Amino acid sequence: MKVLIPSALYSYTTQAEVTAEGSTVAAVLDDLDSRYPGIRFRMIDEQNRVRAHIRFFVNNEQVKDLSRSLKETDELIIVQALSGG
Amino acid sequence: MVGKAKPVTAKKSAGNTRIVVMVATRKGAWLFHSDAARKRWRVDGPHFLGHIINHIVLDPRDGKTLLAAAKTGHLGPTIFRSTNLGRTWKEATTPPAFATVAEGKAGRAVDHTFWLTPGHASEPDVWYAGTSPQGLFRSEDGGVTWAPCSYINDDKQYRQWMGSVQDGTPDGPKMHSIIIDPRDAQHLYFAMSGGGVHESTDGGKTFTPLLQGLEVVGGFDASNAAFHDPHCMRICPSNPDRLYQQNHCGIYRIDRPSNEWQRIGKKMPKRVGDIGFPMVVHPRDDDTVWVFPMDGTMVWPRTSPEGKPAVYSTRNGGKTWQRLDVGLPAEQAWWTVKRQAMSADARNTVGLYFGTTSGELWMSRDEGNKWLCLAQHLPEIYAVETAELS
Repeated sequence: MKVLIPSALYSYTTQAEVTAEGSTVAAVLDDLDSRYPGIRFRMIDEQNRVRAHIRFFVNNEQVKDLSRSLKETDELIIVQALSGG
Repeated sequence: MVGKAKPVTAKKSAGNTRIVVMVATRKGAWLFHSDAARKRWRVDGPHFLGHIINHIVLDPRDGKTLLAAAKTGHLGPTIFRSTNLGRTWKEATTPPAFATVAEGKAGRAVDHTFWLTPGHASEPDVWYAGTSPQGLFRSEDGGVTWAPCSYINDDKQYRQWMGSVQDGTPDGPKMHSIIIDPRDAQHLYFAMSGGGVHESTDGGKTFTPLLQGLEVVGGFDASNAAFHDPHCMRICPSNPDRLYQQNHCGIYRIDRPSNEWQRIGKKMPKRVGDIGFPMVVHPRDDDTVWVFPMDGTMVWPRTSPEGKPAVYSTRNGGKTWQRLDVGLPAEQAWWTVKRQAMSADARNTVGLYFGTTSGELWMSRDEGNKWLCLAQHLPEIYAVETAELS
């Protein structure tokens, strides 16, 4: 599945668009972490909560439930939300 | 407490010794390199531009490993590690993180690592980290992987003393001033803003409060650790039985095995007071320390008192204090110095360094008698550490 990466995480992926596999948002994030070690913890804390200024969109619809199921044709967009100056 | 501290030897001859000053800021880190005379400086940076760097520390045991505590406005906290003095960096594979709790329960998450301390000389790969919210973490592989290292992170009593986000400093409660007794790897201290000073003699397995003599804000119970706010605590390298502390409520000294802190700040000039954040100890003279007072009156402006910045020093363990402001702005300078942002080298004479909330880096080659501005226009400075390289 196509995953769009925010610029704050290019240090892990080196590119804006990558592919990852998984049947849920959580599974895709786990797969991303196996490809780019450390990337998940920058977005998800140790209590499995999405960090304050990270947002996920699936096909342009915001997703807050990481167990939300995904299809191979879906597109996951990771966004760095506004966080001040 | 066993053994004797290894004396810190003064280095006067230039030789190949160099000084590096590590500056952590709200927008990245910079390394300032000098010759032994501390006259020619070279700046290396920014490292991690845009990252919030709370602390950057060189490992004195190998003289080349740097650890940096980082996060950004968007991303979670991590630790970066360099084994070549900052030429290249790698991220910790397991940064400090609290234990994950069962779904539905309220667990804590590390917002940022605030403080880094290299372990004892006998434990070359050990590091300690203090976080916000408060937690104590340890690495046994040079900072690559981290784990909670004490019961305190989840202890009911300690959690009560730590309080919530609303009980701490404006950007979150901090664990800081993690100190390892140079004579005994099992003897540790740490401080919490808020939550008081605590001591362990079993390598961090258990801790007990060390609060006697410390004052708290009027009306509160000084026997309750939750009401204590130590800002910065340092151990004297030449006499590890002596510690100094800059507290929310004054400047203190303790001489172990006594358990009672003495408020030595009462001898400071009344119009300046003894409120501030940093505390710096002399590498070889346990009677000499430096502080940077700030305005802690009324609404706590956290600026230099009257807009006139000055370092104050005692040469007799706090009996008397001297103002050291030659070279600093004489008026209308409304910055201050944060708790990690002032340090000393071990040269003879000792060099002092501090970074300001307005992004200036100042130095003195003569123990504070005269100050020079080394850099301007940096981001807000959070930490300044100093090391000597051979």
